[in-house]
Amino acid sequence: MPQKVWVTGMGTVSSIGLNVEESFRSLCEGKTGIGPISYLDTRFKEEYPLGEVKLSNDELKERAKLSEPIVSRTVLLGTLAAREALSQAGISDVQEYRTGFISATSVGGMDISEKIYQGFLEQGKLEDLSLMGIHDCGSTTEMMADLLGIRHFISTISTACSSSANSIMLGVRLIKQGILERVVVGGTDALTRFTLNGFNSLKIVDKQQCQPFDANRRGLNLGEGAGYIVLESEALMEKSGKKPFCYLSGYSNTNDAFHQTASSPTGDGATRAMEKAMALAGLKADDIDYINVHGTGTANNDMSEGNALMRIFAEHVPTCSSTKAFTGHTLGAAGGIEAVFSILAIQNQVVYPNLFLETPIPEHNFSPITKLKEQKVEHVLSNSLGFGGNCSTLIFSK
Amino acid sequence: MKIYISGMGNISPQTTFDNKNFLDEIVSHEGSRLNIVDPPYKEILNPRLMRRMTRIIKMGVTSAKICLAEAKVEMPDAIITGTAMGCVKDTETFLLAYGSEESTLLTPTAFIRSTHNTVGGQIALMLKCNNYNFTYVQKGFSFESALLDGILKLKEKDGENILVGAVDEMTDNSYGIKSHLGYLKEGIKNSLDLFQEKSKGIIAGEGSAFFLLSNKENENNYAVLSGLFMLYKPKSQAEIENGIQHVLSPQGLELKDIDAIIIGKNGNEEKDGIYDDFLKAFPSETAVLGYKHLCGEYETSSAFALWMAARMIKEQRIPKATIIRKSDAKELEHILIYNHYRGINHSFILVSKI
Amino acid sequence: MEAFATKLKEQIITHLNLEDLTPEEVGLDDPLFGEGLGLDSIDALELIVFLEKEYGIKIENPEEGKQIFESVNTIAKFIQKNKNT
Repeated sequence: MPQKVWVTGMGTVSSIGLNVEESFRSLCEGKTGIGPISYLDTRFKEEYPLGEVKLSNDELKERAKLSEPIVSRTVLLGTLAAREALSQAGISDVQEYRTGFISATSVGGMDISEKIYQGFLEQGKLEDLSLMGIHDCGSTTEMMADLLGIRHFISTISTACSSSANSIMLGVRLIKQGILERVVVGGTDALTRFTLNGFNSLKIVDKQQCQPFDANRRGLNLGEGAGYIVLESEALMEKSGKKPFCYLSGYSNTNDAFHQTASSPTGDGATRAMEKAMALAGLKADDIDYINVHGTGTANNDMSEGNALMRIFAEHVPTCSSTKAFTGHTLGAAGGIEAVFSILAIQNQVVYPNLFLETPIPEHNFSPITKLKEQKVEHVLSNSLGFGGNCSTLIFSK
Repeated sequence: MKIYISGMGNISPQTTFDNKNFLDEIVSHEGSRLNIVDPPYKEILNPRLMRRMTRIIKMGVTSAKICLAEAKVEMPDAIITGTAMGCVKDTETFLLAYGSEESTLLTPTAFIRSTHNTVGGQIALMLKCNNYNFTYVQKGFSFESALLDGILKLKEKDGENILVGAVDEMTDNSYGIKSHLGYLKEGIKNSLDLFQEKSKGIIAGEGSAFFLLSNKENENNYAVLSGLFMLYKPKSQAEIENGIQHVLSPQGLELKDIDAIIIGKNGNEEKDGIYDDFLKAFPSETAVLGYKHLCGEYETSSAFALWMAARMIKEQRIPKATIIRKSDAKELEHILIYNHYRGINHSFILVSKI
Repeated sequence: MEAFATKLKEQIITHLNLEDLTPEEVGLDDPLFGEGLGLDSIDALELIVFLEKEYGIKIENPEEGKQIFESVNTIAKFIQKNKNT
């Protein structure tokens, strides 16, 4: 019997809350975090709503007690969430055991570097060029690792919108192989003009509040935030006698190999990811109590993901919902934030509404729930699907 | 369980792509900029696939294809890529396209390609490979993280043929920024004189190298990947020496068992002391080899070193151009690669004879 | 019209990086998407921006593009029509 890898702590920051407690309250009250732009410096201020974390960089810095003059927002959000996760897990000395930090991000320090780089590319400006050293994704992880004091193992995964599901997966595998005893895993992404303009060029950004899995959906809203969980080995759990939240029973990453950005209409990659994760967990279709779908609100994703669900669950798609109408699509952080939401569902035996869903997609034989529901939640399946055909499934079990 | 390297594809500032020339004919580069020698892409890649590829994607996909062909593997069980900076050129193109004015006349192609997992995704698309596909972006650990994941996959028995590689590109602007920041050597005439340099700074490089890791014995295998360890910001020399033991002890090896050491020396008087101190741990007869005069410094350069080590083991010879300190060893049984990126990311890779 | 369509064809080949094709290989009525030249949704977005930059014609709804971008001829007709009005 292979060892179980346990979740002992979690932390999150997003537009619906600055910590786990606030986020859970918003989920229960059906309160979206998506609204008019207040912090991102962009010409699209009046045009697009966003899921912004409702604090300025200075306010975030104060909250995180950081004195460095310039810190990427990605680091600020990530540090707050990762610290909450460590504190929930009751870990004060990260050096005590072999501890790792695996973070995911799609933009890294781009919020800072996009301004400096543009100045350099457009006008040959040389000032602040030294800040380019914090541009790349790996730098943001190193800065967070240093702030958390973790140095036994660090890594960063960047596979677009499935990034943090993949960092969780790697953490589980490193513990199972005995390379680490415990690890902080998840991801962080700040909103940047780079991503807003990028998704805008793809013409998949909704100018109104997004409506995932609605027949009349118009696209996604971008969001920002961070979500991390602490994973510990069975041996450590026995030693400490801690009461874990749940364990990671299944996981899988596959590739759709269909198109650089679009998902295959039949959802091949997502189907395989879910199947493999369920097989690893030893679960059958009717064991899954709740699915936190990727559900971005784009025409392509929701159709493809829904078709994949029908291929696996046929007429009996479990209770499911997308929480992206709450947070917006937080890209590289989405898998981490949604892991926290999935674990909260198990802890509280409750599943969340898919906000703003009015008309079910006619091609689907199921539709996500639209009201908060108390029910038995033992096994939660969470999907994260990204560019490059990247498909990931995680299963959390009680 | 042994992990074999059964195929390689290496596109670098040397003519390495065809796996024939083994650093016998050396390309010397003038100044502190080492760009890759282009392979004949059009002969290797489908032109229709190439349509959406910028330079780094071509480099990555082509080296992966060469590697798979050599290993005679059509469908790897996983594709794992390391890239510290990702598709830099596409990132620059898109930054310029929306600009500080945020133009609305934007096409999405450069944005799509700027995503870090583009190379891994394109390899999957080319092979129609539905399997596991990860991309690591951890500075000087990007390639090592990918390598570790590949080792895990084989240990988990979740696959038999794992494609692992690294790719990083240098653009005019990324070179320009390094130059403005004073990271580069000034006035170096010939890259091959790197180890005679008594100055600070580095010469910048780029490259893409892919490896097929397999658990199957095969007479064509290059070598065994027998150890890997990463050390983040070591606080003392003792920690570095401890790092060496992390790769040697599990194999029951001692320092004297290492026949050759490949080090990531940059000819940089500010940071090369770390290598000199590292070497003190080893007997003075151990061969010491360098590689950054051949491929330049970049975050994933240890992939070039791994290619070098695997070929040395298979061919049982050390190309002259790599020698920093000679030895009389008759046999090359174990080669240790030690590299650090800017004194922050230290890595140890052990390669052994089959 | 035919001269214009030929010029347009060359522009499209350059713009979409269809390096392996010569203008002679693309018939004016050949389907551009799917089984034809194999263009996809990303190329459609590229073409929308191309029309706006090059000919000052705006296509608000990407869905409209489907009919317009059927072949080189349909694009040429669309440009002629919208330039005259």
